[in-house]
Amino acid sequence: MSERPLLLTGGRIIDPSSNRDETGDVLIVDGRIQSVGGKIAGPDGADIIDCRGLVVAPGFADVHVHLREPGREDVETVASGAAAAAAGGFTSVCAMPNTNPVTDNQAAVGFTVRQGVLAKQARVFPYGAISIGQKGEQLAEFGEMIDAGAIAFTDDGRPVQSAHLMRTALEYSRTFDVPVAEHCEDMSLAKGGSMNEGTLSARMGLKGIPAEAEEIYVIRDILLARRAGGRLHLCHMSTKGSVELIRWGKERGIGVTAEVCSHHISLTEREVEGYNTNAKMNPPLRTEADVEALQQALKEGIIDMLCTDHAPHHYDEKEREFPEAPNGIVGLETALGVNIKYLVEPGILTLSELVDRMACAPARLFKLPGGSLAKGGVADVTVFDPVAKWIVDPAQFKSKGRNTPYGGHTLTGRAVATIVAGRTVFRRT
Amino acid sequence: MTQPLGKDLLGLAPLSAEQIRFILDTAEPFKEISERQIKKVPTLRGMTVVNLFFEPSTRTRISFEFAEKRLSADTVNVATSGSSVVKGETLVDTARNLEAMRIDMVVIRHGSSGAAQFLAERIKSNVINAGDGMHEHPTQGLLDILTLRDRLDTLENRRVCLVGDVLHSRVARSNIAGLLKLGAKVAVCGPRSLLPNGIEDMGVTVFNRIEAAIEWAEALNVLRLQLERMQAGYIPSLREYNRVYGVTRARLERAPRELIIMHPGPMNRGVEIDSDVADGPMSVILHQVTNGVAVRMAVLYLLAGGRPELASAAKGDVK
Amino acid sequence: MPGSTTVLLDARAVERTLKRVADEIVELNEGSEGLVLVGIQRRGVQLAGRLAAFIKHESGTDVPIGALDITLYRDDLQTVGPRPVVGKTELPWNLDEKNVVIVDDVLYTGRTVRAALGELTDFGRPARIALAVLVDRGGRELPIHADIVGKKVSVPRGGRVDVLVKELDGKDEVVLVAPAQEPGA
Repeated sequence: MSERPLLLTGGRIIDPSSNRDETGDVLIVDGRIQSVGGKIAGPDGADIIDCRGLVVAPGFADVHVHLREPGREDVETVASGAAAAAAGGFTSVCAMPNTNPVTDNQAAVGFTVRQGVLAKQARVFPYGAISIGQKGEQLAEFGEMIDAGAIAFTDDGRPVQSAHLMRTALEYSRTFDVPVAEHCEDMSLAKGGSMNEGTLSARMGLKGIPAEAEEIYVIRDILLARRAGGRLHLCHMSTKGSVELIRWGKERGIGVTAEVCSHHISLTEREVEGYNTNAKMNPPLRTEADVEALQQALKEGIIDMLCTDHAPHHYDEKEREFPEAPNGIVGLETALGVNIKYLVEPGILTLSELVDRMACAPARLFKLPGGSLAKGGVADVTVFDPVAKWIVDPAQFKSKGRNTPYGGHTLTGRAVATIVAGRTVFRRT
Repeated sequence: MTQPLGKDLLGLAPLSAEQIRFILDTAEPFKEISERQIKKVPTLRGMTVVNLFFEPSTRTRISFEFAEKRLSADTVNVATSGSSVVKGETLVDTARNLEAMRIDMVVIRHGSSGAAQFLAERIKSNVINAGDGMHEHPTQGLLDILTLRDRLDTLENRRVCLVGDVLHSRVARSNIAGLLKLGAKVAVCGPRSLLPNGIEDMGVTVFNRIEAAIEWAEALNVLRLQLERMQAGYIPSLREYNRVYGVTRARLERAPRELIIMHPGPMNRGVEIDSDVADGPMSVILHQVTNGVAVRMAVLYLLAGGRPELASAAKGDVK
Repeated sequence: MPGSTTVLLDARAVERTLKRVADEIVELNEGSEGLVLVGIQRRGVQLAGRLAAFIKHESGTDVPIGALDITLYRDDLQTVGPRPVVGKTELPWNLDEKNVVIVDDVLYTGRTVRAALGELTDFGRPARIALAVLVDRGGRELPIHADIVGKKVSVPRGGRVDVLVKELDGKDEVVLVAPAQEPGA
């Protein structure tokens, strides 16, 4: 089905992949970028989006979202999640496999792909589980799942506790050259914990999760990747120590990449004071020093990309005593606003670097379409207002989840149009 | 004029030193009521108080019940064991049901830190925290401090050491908060695995050996070794704990001064404290229990009524 | 702005009045046997002390004195605003069969005395209870009556009678405070 040609006029075109940062037009025809830069005379019948004052960038990709389908459609579906993604400016999302049943076979992967296609919003790429049922015992069928559309493997939600299994997963993944992503958490250290371990957790009488619970798995997997090869990807990094360990690994040429969530570069453990379950997630919010280290790591490229770990929960589930409440917050619709406010406005990242961390790097490292506005490439484009100030109202979210710590906060920057394969899937009115 | 206490008593950490002193001063006249033949005053007549205990407790619940009844309130005890979810009703629903029944005050004990605040935010009734998880047990803290004040006259610069499983102890947290605010010097002593990381940042000295703590302190508050709360592996055995950290007569005899010995109860005799100490001349443990009723009466009195929206313009000239 | 104050009784007048009240108490009781003075917190307590001193001086008898705080028995605790401070109640002996005289500084609505009666009966069963006050300002809201009155005073609406005692206020005095002037009246 071919769309009408689309002309984006007068925007600031930021495309780090082709070193471009200039004002100009972009012409999209038949789902591809036909022309970039300068003044373009659009063909007759083209749709026009006036992008003056806005940024035109390759479409953002979020490699860490939980879409809850199958199993918890009351809390999110592929369709509602993909719509939330598009509203946040994302043209692609990668869906975590800790669904119910677990996405550990080709039929389940195919299901998710199909739901994504039907939704016609952001593209949805499923992860496959590393192990059957995410039990950490037996390797799942990587090949079958890739044929069905999986783009990477993870047991996220849990760590792969057996170092042997993680090693085999990395080695086996080399056949397919896809990332193997780890949720780094030593369960015996973290057990029973509901926030960062420190003076605040001592005061609040809550069992804490020490930074070491994450760091132990970070260094373990980096060492395994040194021996096994493959493309290790570390999920939701949250500590200063983890940054140091990733730096160590990269300096030695070990194939490791990492992501950080928007909440971990913007909020600290103080958010849970008052026992706010909407600030409870795993790994937890940590200290000012951790936030600063993660921000710097993004700048230097030690951490390659931003993500959200979008994790919707039902209102009733979060409306509980703090230690009993489930972990997770939504993030797709606030990510851009948070990232600009906490990284670009204070001058830690330039807008161009932000676009790289949100669009180019994830697309490149996960081999997703888009990630570039180069001529001839697929037209996945995000148009956004980099300075608009807006107040977060969770009741307005397209996601079914309302569990966010940013309710009532003023954020900077908002998606205005999200274009997937030349079709505008989201337009802010 | 002290800041009013507000609707609830959730902990000692949010109170100012003035407010804490005010509660202690208010408890003084209430001590006398328990000595009367007719141990009742009509102050809370007609008010309904629910004791909502999600964790088993005999002494705290009975203490609150006496306090409520001696103030002529009507009391209802709701005891559920285990998690409210297991029982089928969430804490939110329990809260709403209580509100629908127009309960005036709720005394809640719950296994999750923050549960008292959770309830207080959702109902208009006064909420008194009788122990939430590992977080706070404010009336225990208050009665401990009152008992110390009875013996020492002032808490300023007095040296108080909490001994034992501080990590899991809400009694410890309330004591630490209250004592520091009143200017006391506070220390903790126990195996490092039972002391919270970051305790020093709370302004508390740490002793690794009980002998050093006894040498330093003027009062010891000996905490119960929380058998039910410990994840296995914090200490090797009870026998070892008593050998290394037990408050025994032999150790106290080597102390440079006579110490005040406290314990929130119930005691594991022969584990954290030996019987001859618990029943000995330095012990104020029973005194704590007596003060407990007076403190709880004072808290109930101060929180109930006095609602600003009901206050009339007249200034109490009722002669 | 507060109204003007008039001194109704100066220190000497207070002393004379209290002496007379003490004599009337003994007369009412037909002697000082079995007599117990219970002062209502706060100033009633000091006055009870003075009365006991007068009685001792006249008759040589040591009349026991007690202090009663009636805060917890008030009928207006729900509406009075921030919690009133609770004072000390000290009745060290059994009241059964005793002749109790309640002593207070000012009798007005009668609610304080009602509360005191309620509280006293929780301490035992006196043979009789009488009421002695330094000032009766009228304005009763309950059927309460003082057996012995130092001085009857009539107070304009909105006005107040204050009793000051040396032990708490530095001097003995009874003053009438006129109602506050309305601004622009």
